Amino acid sequence: MIEIDNITKVYDGRPAVDAVSMTIESATITAIVGTSGSGKSTLLRMVNRLVEPTSGQVRINGEPTAGLPKNALRRRIGYAIQGHGLFPHHTVARNIGAVPRLLGWDKDKIYTRVNELLDLFSMPPDEFRDRYPAELSGGQQQRVGVARALASRPDLLLMDEPFGALDPIIRTRAQTDLHRIQRTLGSTILLVTHDMEEAIQLGDQVAVMDQGQLVQHGTPAEIITNPATEFVAEMVGGVDRPLRLLSLLSVSQILEEGAAEGEPIDEEASLREALSVCLWSGRNAVPVERNGNPIGRVTLEAIRSRAEGIHEPS
Amino acid sequence: MPNRIKSIVSGPGLFFTGLGLVALYAPFMTLAANRIVAGEGVPVWDVAGPEAVIPGFAGLLAGLALGLPAAWQVLRLTGAMIGIAALIWLLMEGSTSLLEGAGTYARVSLGSGFWCLLAILLLLAADALSSLSPGPKMRGALLAVAIVVSAMVLWSGVLTDLSIFREYASRQDAFFNAAWRHLGLAFGSLVVAAAIGFPLGVYCHRNKSLRSAVLPVLSFLQTIPSLAMFGIMIPLLAWVSSAIPGARELGVVGIGFLPAFLALVIYSLLPVVANTVAGLEATPIVTLDAARGMGMTRHQRLIQIQLPLGLPVMLAGLRIVLVQNIGLAVIAGLIGGGGFGTFVFQGLNQTATDLILLGALPTVILALISAITMDILVELARPNKMRHG
Repeated sequence: MIEIDNITKVYDGRPAVDAVSMTIESATITAIVGTSGSGKSTLLRMVNRLVEPTSGQVRINGEPTAGLPKNALRRRIGYAIQGHGLFPHHTVARNIGAVPRLLGWDKDKIYTRVNELLDLFSMPPDEFRDRYPAELSGGQQQRVGVARALASRPDLLLMDEPFGALDPIIRTRAQTDLHRIQRTLGSTILLVTHDMEEAIQLGDQVAVMDQGQLVQHGTPAEIITNPATEFVAEMVGGVDRPLRLLSLLSVSQILEEGAAEGEPIDEEASLREALSVCLWSGRNAVPVERNGNPIGRVTLEAIRSRAEGIHEPS
Repeated sequence: MPNRIKSIVSGPGLFFTGLGLVALYAPFMTLAANRIVAGEGVPVWDVAGPEAVIPGFAGLLAGLALGLPAAWQVLRLTGAMIGIAALIWLLMEGSTSLLEGAGTYARVSLGSGFWCLLAILLLLAADALSSLSPGPKMRGALLAVAIVVSAMVLWSGVLTDLSIFREYASRQDAFFNAAWRHLGLAFGSLVVAAAIGFPLGVYCHRNKSLRSAVLPVLSFLQTIPSLAMFGIMIPLLAWVSSAIPGARELGVVGIGFLPAFLALVIYSLLPVVANTVAGLEATPIVTLDAARGMGMTRHQRLIQIQLPLGLPVMLAGLRIVLVQNIGLAVIAGLIGGGGFGTFVFQGLNQTATDLILLGALPTVILALISAITMDILVELARPNKMRHG
């Protein structure tokens, strides 16, 4: 568990981060979202003390970070940034093994760990270990950057706009991968983004920052249905709100008995995808399957009522 | 049609070949009654009998003609080599035949035609080589071959009749002393400048106010004319030698090796420090941020990230220093610092052109070899794969 307690950073008399407190539960993703200049990156960088707080403290599993030597603290915390920041003169394997090497792991242990991570990110070690960053695609470079941040099994992974430099298609894939890997490893992630869509997709919790202050902190559904301020409402985006809401729910949640015509959809798909399939193929209902076996259907009517239902909470 | 011709005939080749044909009319060698008086020019077809001139002349023409085709670079390179071999053959035959019956003190020297043809053939070779763009290892091998072949020609004694080799023969010991002294001045000052400049560069990189104090001072020192700099050293060191007890015993005196050495070190500091700062700043900001964020100490960031990434730029600084110092060390001859400058200034005093050349030519060749070697090192220092990526 990471506790950020009343933390403030003042630059030239103006607070960049103003008395922010929040708690990040272990094995969850918290996405901090805000416009540029909102203080979200400063907040993130105060966690591993790349920026020293003016006041307040951060505790990792109850232990205040201010008491630890900076570099020892940073080696316990993964750090992945926009534009990956890989070392161009080191191979992929050496890049990923950077923190374990700083921690003095022995060679065999590093070798095994690097292979494990490459496998996890679907990059065959035999093919990728000895390549240089310049020989990888943008998506591969980004994956190596995240693998490097995870190499020493850190207590916490900090990510600053990790997908910012990727094109939309690769970004979606990277987000899916991150979600899968986070669930597999049970990592605790604090992620900064300017993209509300990304925050909603990835975050178990979303924290919205505006002008140095934390204006709302809650589940994606809470943020969408109950924006605390005008600013949050604007970030969530008026027109897209029902669609964003639907994207948080899976088909299995409104599954009903019965059959339907045409191509089936997986029960793990989001209601947004189901809606899209209905509209595109002109159907009022779509069959749902689990592991390829039909288990029921989802209707346009049910999707519609679900979008309405949460939209106007009583 | 012109386009087709263009693609068959190399533009630079056509230019060089044209120049080469004109240069054939310039005096190839000069014959003088002694080492001081101005010589009389001898055209290339008169340097020896037809049995020697015809093959030599044919070789030159062939070398120039082979420079023309645009496509076959290896052929053009071979042509340039044939041309240079023909030059040496003509010198060899010409010096023997011209000196025959010309008197004991007579001297044959290299004429303007020879120098022009040599320059043109070397440019042709360089043009062909740059089109072939060999890798750093290949360039190193070619340089080694060129040095070995040149050394073999010089040591074989075929050119001993030339005036410049007469000058050499009469001061062999002095020549090697001067060579060692010259190398000592150029490389020694490089080592000392690097030993001071690299740490100073690192501190300047870390401390902006130190940088804004140090770099302007070094730039100012760089603008002092070399003669003045060597001049300043004389009274300065003379004062140190008399004011500080024991300094004279340590070899601190106003003239000789030390003042020249110090002047060269001072000139070397700006390129070393400025390129060290630039090299350390070459690391992308995100890379440094990542290194800091993963818990690398400042020392680890310097050694593992900034130095390897900045090495090519830092070596480029050393290259500037080395070539600059090899040239500047000639001036050291003026204040008794030794080196090839000694011959240059002796030659100037005696108006003996070939003695000047005995000092100048080795300096130029040394600078060239150093420049090529350093370029190869700079390229090898580039991090793997970044060369293409």
